[in-house]
Amino acid sequence: MECRTVLEHSKALRGKEYSSLELTQAMLERAQSCASLNAYITLSPEVALKQASTADKLIGKGKAGPLTGIPLVHKDLFCTKDVRTTCGSRILDNFISPYNATLVEKLQQAGMVMLGKANMDEFAMGSSTENSYYGPTRNPWDHERVPGGSSGGSAAAVAARLAPVATGTDTGGSIRQPAALCGLSGIKPSYGRVSRYGMVAFASSLDQGGVMALTSEDCAYVLQAISGFDEKDSTSVNQAVPDYIHSLSEPISGKIIGLPREFFADGVDKPVSQAIRESISVLEQLGARIVDIELPNSAAAIPCYYVLAPAEASSNLARFDGVRYGHRASEYSDIVDMYESTRSEGFGPEVKRRLLIGAYVLSIGYFEAYYVKAQKLRRLIADDFSKAFEQCDVIVGPTTPTTAFPIGQKTDDPVQMYLNDIFTNSANLAGLPAMSIPSGFDNQGLPIGLHLIGKYLDEATILNIAHQYQLHTDWHQRIPEGYA
Amino acid sequence: MSLNPDQIQQLARLVRLKFTENEADDFSGQLNDIIRMVEQMNQVDTDPIQPMSHPQDMKLRMRADTVTETDQHEKLQSGAPASDSGLYLVPRVVE
Amino acid sequence: MQWEPVIGLEVHVQLMTNSKLFSGASIAYGAQANHQACPVSVALPGVLPVMNLEAARLAVCFGLAIGASVEKRSVFERKNYFYPDLPKGYQISQYKHPIVSGGSLTIETGGSDEKMIGITRAHLEEDAGKSLHENFHGMTGIDLNRAGTPLLEIVSEPDMRSADEAVAYLKKLHTLVRYFRISDGNMQEGSFRCDANVSIRPKGAEGFGTRTELKNINSFRFVEKAINFEIQRQIEILEDGGAIIQETRLYDSERNETRPMRSKEDAQDYRYFPDPDLPEMILDDEFIERVRASLPELPHHRKSRYEQAFSLSSSDAEKLLRDRDTADFFERVCARSKSDPKTIANWINGELAALLNERNIEIAGSPVDSDRFAALLDRIADKTLSGKMAKEVLAHLANDESDVDTIIESRGFKQITDSSEIERLVAEVLDANAPQAQQYREGNQKVFGYLMGQVMKATNGKADPGQVNRILRNLLE
Ligand SMILES: [Mg+2]
Ligand SMILES: [Zn+2]
Repeated sequence: MECRTVLEHSKALRGKEYSSLELTQAMLERAQSCASLNAYITLSPEVALKQASTADKLIGKGKAGPLTGIPLVHKDLFCTKDVRTTCGSRILDNFISPYNATLVEKLQQAGMVMLGKANMDEFAMGSSTENSYYGPTRNPWDHERVPGGSSGGSAAAVAARLAPVATGTDTGGSIRQPAALCGLSGIKPSYGRVSRYGMVAFASSLDQGGVMALTSEDCAYVLQAISGFDEKDSTSVNQAVPDYIHSLSEPISGKIIGLPREFFADGVDKPVSQAIRESISVLEQLGARIVDIELPNSAAAIPCYYVLAPAEASSNLARFDGVRYGHRASEYSDIVDMYESTRSEGFGPEVKRRLLIGAYVLSIGYFEAYYVKAQKLRRLIADDFSKAFEQCDVIVGPTTPTTAFPIGQKTDDPVQMYLNDIFTNSANLAGLPAMSIPSGFDNQGLPIGLHLIGKYLDEATILNIAHQYQLHTDWHQRIPEGYA
Repeated sequence: MSLNPDQIQQLARLVRLKFTENEADDFSGQLNDIIRMVEQMNQVDTDPIQPMSHPQDMKLRMRADTVTETDQHEKLQSGAPASDSGLYLVPRVVE
Repeated sequence: MQWEPVIGLEVHVQLMTNSKLFSGASIAYGAQANHQACPVSVALPGVLPVMNLEAARLAVCFGLAIGASVEKRSVFERKNYFYPDLPKGYQISQYKHPIVSGGSLTIETGGSDEKMIGITRAHLEEDAGKSLHENFHGMTGIDLNRAGTPLLEIVSEPDMRSADEAVAYLKKLHTLVRYFRISDGNMQEGSFRCDANVSIRPKGAEGFGTRTELKNINSFRFVEKAINFEIQRQIEILEDGGAIIQETRLYDSERNETRPMRSKEDAQDYRYFPDPDLPEMILDDEFIERVRASLPELPHHRKSRYEQAFSLSSSDAEKLLRDRDTADFFERVCARSKSDPKTIANWINGELAALLNERNIEIAGSPVDSDRFAALLDRIADKTLSGKMAKEVLAHLANDESDVDTIIESRGFKQITDSSEIERLVAEVLDANAPQAQQYREGNQKVFGYLMGQVMKATNGKADPGQVNRILRNLLE
């Protein structure tokens, strides 16, 4: 029962094969028995059981929607009213939000059952989920390896079938990269498609909430539920959301797939590029046309991102000062010392590094050379995509240059860690929808992700292509050993 | 450009962090690696390019001037590290 | 050496909106601490700003009123610094691209001399909360009710050369923002706050000296005192061969001195950058034109109209234009009353102003509305009431709801205009005061006043003094 997809559960619940309460209980038990993965920061059985019995009543009355009664995990930076929201940080260890994030509210309205809050890199800063105050999360495919990050807890939970679906956030690849490393389907929608209200900000112009699941079809269902205009978010797009589910079944023959030469250069592991090539020929067999394209400025994406994201973060995280909520140091001599002690105790090393870099690139004398320069590169990168999309409907490549790496391997070398984002950063800089789907395994049995980038607000096309691919492949059906 | 431990201390003060001398030394190596990486930006000529602040061109949406918030003062203050008489308390601030 | 002060002012004006700049929390003054601090005001994790349209409209009003250019594109940026009453750790403000730039105000500088003061820019920003330093066991208490209140910061050019000019500019600005309902201008409640940049230079010099920024000078009187104190302080330092340090200084009104602000000691690096939560503010022509069309007649246009069409003196017109409600009241009375505008202006600036002043109410809340006030003045014009009686009737009108004629009727205020009645009373007075009448006839003009008084007394003050004067003279001769 636990290994089913969202749609399979949905069918079973409505067919009274089992109840939401039974499913929820099973999932909670499974989470406890898999505690060594450290996928969760907080399990919320009380909330879950209550929501499950509410869902069962709706199902009983025949008033269930497709998501009613389905359990899920939220990344622990979505604010939830009844369960603490830590962002993986000591500074919010005791923080209980008085309100629900818009995304949380929408999924609750859709009848979903929140099992708990997933582990993550502190304030979403990281690519391995090793930067959590609550300890690293392990990859279900190999416990000695990272699940990717920053939404690594969400990815590990779904990969280990602790929940059929999880929410995540993606500022520079934080949904797609762990989806790739854990063998999942994960989508980051277009910037503005999903409300950021209640999603604790890391880098506001890059952050976007999304979904990780076992199939792209499940992604489509949940994305449909969380998308749409929100007047509480000034960057929310006020445009109708297309019917993602309807367009899944369209044939993809005639669709044009662009292959950027830059995404197939050196530095990509052999097994990864091999798997991607094979996936592309599957798409070709399905009738898609392949064209070569150029993204000439893609090499600038990482430097550009690692200026802009820390700059915004250094400002966004200023509110964590020990005055109104969260951690406050127990000893201090005056107000400045209170701030400094609180924040030095509250934040981990990666957050501190980024706060320093952020302050540096915004400070007098350096602002033009770093921040403004990066903003200009951002435009060049976005323009590259606009030009490329004149020739194709979707851009495809690897999600990551390697499969999951060992825990601890890159923790002392931030720059090596940042290079994991090489293919994912640019979609955030340009605000484009992007997705990772399972595309094969390396010779160690570790999953590989295929990366699809769509036109602005065109999530439908990447979901469509991903779904058609999954109808003809079974990579997404593999289950890590010990979790079947 | 590279940062010496003194500059790191100055930056730390701007973002209200404090480091011991040893910590500042430890950080400086990593920070300078990051800065070197970031400076690859200079390989691209961006002279005539307009800076881009938002991922898509959007204009500010504005709301009608109505009071929509209700008083949640108790709920909002319940998690405060120190409060008294409805005020958040901090170490004495001298102007 | 002769020194010349150079003064520029930064005025923070609280905008007259119902809600905050970026949230739907109320900005009503005087609420219990933190009861108007919503999730956005408290800067909870995950909350986001949404801009108040009315604040933008008021800023545009201001720009149009001072003949500035209203920028179609303006950008909110973050000014980053830590302070306990600044909940986000940054203030959302406009920096490189303000909504208003380049305007001016003309001030009167003694007699009929005028001087134009340049206004560099005006930008929208949010206010901080308040730090309360007393009574918390040696701790500071933070009240965030004010955090997020919309402000317009109006920055002048360094065009003023004396404290008097600074005060004249401030007064002019104060009248203007009130006139256009941009702000209530209430200084006690902090709706109109002023910082001054002060430097001095040898008279005739071109460049500027090092300036200091004076804070906390929140009344017209303190502005004058603080600036004068600071000018004197700087002169003494320079004449002693010292140098001025660029710094922020706090004015202490109790000691009448300025001193450096401790909290501003740090060299600040605000790390401004465009707020990623707020797209650029783009105003279209249609919006700006709608605001322009909704603007009331500009005060200086209205003043010259009063002088020309109504033949009012400059000072009478100015008094009527001290606020827009008074001017509107005047025009409503003019439209209804048969009295001439000069009389109407005198009555509004005189009796009505005194009455309102005594009761400490604004003209908008006047107990005598423009209709009843017009009716009262009509009874003077048609001689039903003497001026003196009208004053008494006004007092009655202020205390009850009845109309002018009812009060005249019920309280017997009617003026005696029947000349045979007045002749009869004059004859009686002359009989009773035969010796004085005799003295007058013998050439003693002084007694006339006495006799006049006697007649007025006999009429209970209800006769028209001019008419009494004529009849008395007739009967005496
Ligand atoms: Mg200022
Ligand atoms: Zn200001």
